[in-house]
Amino acid sequence: MKLTLFAPELLLLMGGLVLFLMSTGKTSGRTARAITLAMALLNIAVCVGCLRFEGALFYDAYKIDLFSQSLKLVISVGFAIVLLFGTELKGVADDVRPEYYFFLTLSTLGLLMLVSSVELLTMFIALELSSYSLYLLVPMRDDHSGLRMQMESAIKYVLFGVVATGVMLFGMSYMFGLTGTTYFVKLLPALQQMMGNPVAIVAIAMVMGGFFFKLAVFPFHFWAPDVYQGASNETTAFIASVPKIAAVAILIRIVTLVTPEGQAIITMLMVFSICSMFYGNLIALVQTDVKRMLGFSGIAHAGYVLLGLVTLQDAGYATSLYYIVGYLVMNIAGFLVVCKVSQQGENVRISDLSGLYKRSPLLAFTMAVSMFAMAGIPPFVGFMGKFMLLTGAYKAGYVTLVILAAINTAISLYYYLSVVRVTYTASPGDRPALVVDGTTKAVSLALVVIIIALGVAPDSILKIATDAVRTIL
Amino acid sequence: MDVLIMNEMGFPILSTLIFLPLAGALALLCIPGDSAAKIWSLVITTVTAAISLPLYWNFDLTTAKYQFGEHTPWISSLNINYTLGVDGISLLLVLLTTLIMPLCVLGSWKYISKRVKEFMICLLLMETSMLGVFMALDFVLFYVLWEAMLIPMYLLIAVWGGPRKVYASIKFFLYTLAGSVLLLVAIIALYLSQGTFFIPAMMGQAYSTNFQILVFLAFFLAFAIKVPMFPFHTWLPAAHVEAPTAGSVILASVLLKMGTYGFLRFCLPITPEATMIFLPYVQWLSVAGILYGGFTALAQQDMKKLIAYSSVGHMGFVTLGIFVLNQRGIEGAILQMINHGITTGALFFCVGMIYERTHSRELASAAGIGKFMPFYVTYLAFFSLSSLAFPGTNSFVGEFLILAGSFADNKILSACAIPGAILAAAYMFRMLQRVVWGGTKNPGHPGLLDLNLREIITLAPLLVFVFWIGLAPEPFMDVMHVSVTQLIKQTGIASHGSVSVTSLMIP
Repeated sequence: MKLTLFAPELLLLMGGLVLFLMSTGKTSGRTARAITLAMALLNIAVCVGCLRFEGALFYDAYKIDLFSQSLKLVISVGFAIVLLFGTELKGVADDVRPEYYFFLTLSTLGLLMLVSSVELLTMFIALELSSYSLYLLVPMRDDHSGLRMQMESAIKYVLFGVVATGVMLFGMSYMFGLTGTTYFVKLLPALQQMMGNPVAIVAIAMVMGGFFFKLAVFPFHFWAPDVYQGASNETTAFIASVPKIAAVAILIRIVTLVTPEGQAIITMLMVFSICSMFYGNLIALVQTDVKRMLGFSGIAHAGYVLLGLVTLQDAGYATSLYYIVGYLVMNIAGFLVVCKVSQQGENVRISDLSGLYKRSPLLAFTMAVSMFAMAGIPPFVGFMGKFMLLTGAYKAGYVTLVILAAINTAISLYYYLSVVRVTYTASPGDRPALVVDGTTKAVSLALVVIIIALGVAPDSILKIATDAVRTIL
Repeated sequence: MDVLIMNEMGFPILSTLIFLPLAGALALLCIPGDSAAKIWSLVITTVTAAISLPLYWNFDLTTAKYQFGEHTPWISSLNINYTLGVDGISLLLVLLTTLIMPLCVLGSWKYISKRVKEFMICLLLMETSMLGVFMALDFVLFYVLWEAMLIPMYLLIAVWGGPRKVYASIKFFLYTLAGSVLLLVAIIALYLSQGTFFIPAMMGQAYSTNFQILVFLAFFLAFAIKVPMFPFHTWLPAAHVEAPTAGSVILASVLLKMGTYGFLRFCLPITPEATMIFLPYVQWLSVAGILYGGFTALAQQDMKKLIAYSSVGHMGFVTLGIFVLNQRGIEGAILQMINHGITTGALFFCVGMIYERTHSRELASAAGIGKFMPFYVTYLAFFSLSSLAFPGTNSFVGEFLILAGSFADNKILSACAIPGAILAAAYMFRMLQRVVWGGTKNPGHPGLLDLNLREIITLAPLLVFVFWIGLAPEPFMDVMHVSVTQLIKQTGIASHGSVSVTSLMIP
């Protein structure tokens, strides 16, 4: 076994071990954060170094290729950004912070393993490693309001998660029963020949269900708004963005199983896509809590991402990847502002953003860019992503779907714009000016630049995404 | 690419025009102080205007091809390119934009007192995207700039606007963006049928009628809201009234023209059959707009609202001219687009100048102001005359051509549109009469100062163009002539014969 192939995971594993040891003693949260941050930054460097590595590990259950490596890089960057701006971590009590960072690291480790796994059980273990760590992060919130919302959210998260896992495991057992193997390499041709068989369709659909849960696609979305609301702001920033990258990656892996005969699956994807868009956007219209609003908007964005999958073409998958990477950046930018506006780790209502322009011009600008980008207005990444998704779906012949998606863009405008409106035009009242530290300033500027750069010059990342998609299996 | 003449001026003049204001806006971020920001913006917009002049001098009047072309691959996986070029239809609009922008900076000199730097950044970003819209020959590039312009305009209204700015800005944003969402779908459909986003390559192709109808409807919704045509106009008065002076001027002078430009550039040559099918409806909507705008303007007490509603009427004339589909009508429409930009822009400046002094836009409170502000009323009178299409002023030429064109096409239609011109006289004279000679004694009036040098300079170039176009329209007509002939050929409709302007005006 070549250890270099496993380097990013190994690094996180070691870091996790250190954090675990620290959590047994009396380490301060500050030290734990410093170590985690150093490890996360180092991990980015390692991921860049490993980008072009190829190979297989663990009896071929684990595949290293451009697809997995580039996604590992994106996940690591997301992880590092969340750590970078989560300086205060106001929503989590100081004495549990080493544990907090420990589980955050483990969850990232699970995601890294997930994008590399090409065998059902490996995939299952990786997914559960990442999920269980997140289940534990949610109730760690130290809620000053005494509502104890985090407990309810955590229970909801676990229950829905377990059901989704159960469904997925059931599907996997069908796959194994049909083909006698758990390896994707053998599953793929075997299942593709069975596309006319209803059991195969059911199996694939059930396995997808597990990842629909991660991505918060309708009807697996119920956990999302409540967990977003209940978890601390920094945790939500992570849950809302980073795992979605891995979920889309695996969905792409599974969709490659589908051939045109598997029309039932394509229909299912279409129905889920339409329902997600309409449900997410319509419910988001009436939200007052920013995190809940972002939760519902996330459901809608998951619907957009599925547009790339229904095409069953490389270009469509690449666009989905491009879109979800863009979503990671614009979503994290929005959450950054939420974290900073929140004074004691409490939830932020849309009205709390009133007059943010006067309290902190940079944060207001970041919020506006994030919202305009999510609404799909050029020249930001959200527009280019939607444009290419729509082009791909239109090319594949789904005109109705494209028109419905376009209409949804128009619906979503209203609530994105209302955030910008209160940010720029309402009076701040007696809310004090916000002090923003240098790191946060740098991170938010960097996010804004990335959002614009990805939108104006999508060619290079799209090329990587296309290359990466071609290396699958 | 034989429809595009590449730029041979030694430097990329169109890109310079687009990116100079953008660079200026970025540089503004580092410039401290309000007055420095104003001077810097004035310099940038003036330099941009100066750079745009060679476009006119070097423009080849004998060809309908797109000139000063630039072409760079942008997103190669989808065959999206950064392609620029101007023809006779877009050239005048580019020049209008570069002319208006320095005046907008001048007109905001005193009016804007808070967040000056950000205001100027928004103005410069507007200039970048507006110029880009008129120059883009790639549909994606066009759409990106078309939509990107909404953000600075939204901020101009929402941050620096009047009391109901929030309502007005949201209405403006939602209306215009929601309208153009389906435009995107139409663009994708055209791309997949032609394999390119190059706009000229989409023109004159044999699309099926059903396809044309769907594309036309998507186009029409986006452009009609932007114009705005009756009954899609309801965002306009709110936006105009609440926007700061420079915002109103940009809206009236340039933004509305983007809608009619869309009709000319896309609807007519790309979907000619569908255009013929919907022609009568669009013509009658235009006439409805003319009459509605006129009557509503007549009832206004707020001067800005009055001019805003008059815009609905004037733009009705423009769409009427476009959709009579003959040389005279279309040339009149293009000229009237420029005229409306000049005249209405100037009138909004005039209202802004009163507002700066009295903090009211009510006709009643401005009544009788003429006694104390002679320079001001002189300007106001000339621009009002231009607005009502008085012979000798620019709008007369435009409206005359449009009515002549529509008369050749449909006499009943023309007869219904003519009262619009009379209504214009009614509401403009009503305003002029009140402001100049109104008998009301307002205690604050004797203390009012007449226009200062900066304000005189702001309005002077516009007045020059009012008479220049009014008395000698040839230089402007010549620019568009060949392109319009080509457009009519592409639309496949026999021209009613082209007649020189002079022979029309001097019998």
